[in-house]
Amino acid sequence: MEALSRYEPIVDDFEAFLAACERPLPSVVRVNTIKAGVERAKRALEEGDVGYEDREWNPRVLELDTDKPGNTWPYFHGWIHGQEEVSSLPATVLDPQPGERVLDACAAPGGKTAQIAALMDDTGLVVANDNNLGRLSALRFNAERLGLTNVAVTRQDARNYSLKPLSLDAFDRVLVDAPCSCEGTIRKNPDALDEWTLSHVEGVSGVQKGILKRAIQATREGGTVVYSTCTFAPEENEAVVDHVLEAEGCRVVEFESPLDSRPGVTEWDGEEYDESVEKARRYYPHHNDTGGFFCAKLEVTG
Amino acid sequence: MTESNSGQRFDRLPATAAERELENRATREEVLEWWDERFAIGPEEFEDHSFWEKGAGKIWILHGEVPSPTGIEGLGMKFLRTRQEHWKPTTNAVQRFGGGATRNVIELGSKEADAFVRGHDQELEWDGDWGYLIAAHEIAGGREPLGVGLYLHGELRSVVPKGRRRED
Repeated sequence: MEALSRYEPIVDDFEAFLAACERPLPSVVRVNTIKAGVERAKRALEEGDVGYEDREWNPRVLELDTDKPGNTWPYFHGWIHGQEEVSSLPATVLDPQPGERVLDACAAPGGKTAQIAALMDDTGLVVANDNNLGRLSALRFNAERLGLTNVAVTRQDARNYSLKPLSLDAFDRVLVDAPCSCEGTIRKNPDALDEWTLSHVEGVSGVQKGILKRAIQATREGGTVVYSTCTFAPEENEAVVDHVLEAEGCRVVEFESPLDSRPGVTEWDGEEYDESVEKARRYYPHHNDTGGFFCAKLEVTG
Repeated sequence: MTESNSGQRFDRLPATAAERELENRATREEVLEWWDERFAIGPEEFEDHSFWEKGAGKIWILHGEVPSPTGIEGLGMKFLRTRQEHWKPTTNAVQRFGGGATRNVIELGSKEADAFVRGHDQELEWDGDWGYLIAAHEIAGGREPLGVGLYLHGELRSVVPKGRRRED
């Protein structure tokens, strides 16, 4: 938890923030509409005596009163997938449309890929990329369990992603759910901060800049790139967005946030960022009873 | 063009036997006929899908088309195993596309369904074809496919892969 003390200046009600970080997360699933409607999934949960609560902001997100959603019939049928509530945000911000070509640049283990595919009604093409073979095998397992047929899987370093294997010129949209220091996952994984160092944060920030730059280059003019992390560090969030605003043709755009959020920070540790990074949103555990998260929406201007 | 089958590359299935360049590669027509004959799932179900082979007999299904994919790890969903005497659909394909099947579907009661998804073989009455069947059960107001069963000599064998089995 000590690693989080550096965020006291930017987090309101810091005590509540720390207290929330120590609580376990609720058990939340997303209904996979490729295989079943929300009503049918709910009915099957009821038949199995598994209680659930709706999430108002997204009718496909349910909190279950079991901590083992994987043992239910709807899970076996691929009707539901365990996905932390705030993790289902970036795909909705990306807002992919049926028939489009979308890249999920750091896709494993595939929860967001599957959500993107479902938002596209299993049409168009979702390219799910990751650079790690083990994680890709988890992604493929999940994608097939969830019944997706519009997903192509690639294994590349997202920093110099080549579109050649798919003979594509550009994507309509790209999600960069970047590898990060994962501070925001402390509620799920109490060891998440054990290895925390500032040099790791700074190192991963360099990787994130490379991935986001390439994502913007691989997106058509007028297309959308969403950048998200599950961490609080401005070095991995606003600083990365600020960097690509200078390096690539793109701008930060506002998005409607259905979950309670705070604006991106424009000053951190003696650095100042472009004012438009305020349009990015920060999600804290004590505001929505979720993990911590950061999300920015970019429009590619060419 | 393709000279031999590759375990590293996705190759599109030829539309018909007349277009086949590789011996033993299934054609799109054969795949569609097989689903129709075996489960009465007609070709219209797969109108918007393309079929690909990677590895000997492993057929994948993709919604839509991609121009010759190279260096791809996965393309859509593993769908069907060909190049063996009895073709075998995958559990995931049956769950996704088997809902409309009207032939060779064995409906299981709740105890049998529980046993099936835990990978147990069971002795059951069945007066239809032997071979690969779609096992299904009733849930939430409709019949839903569970996966693939192999029916032989009065026994339904569960071929649900280990990682897809239901646990307690």
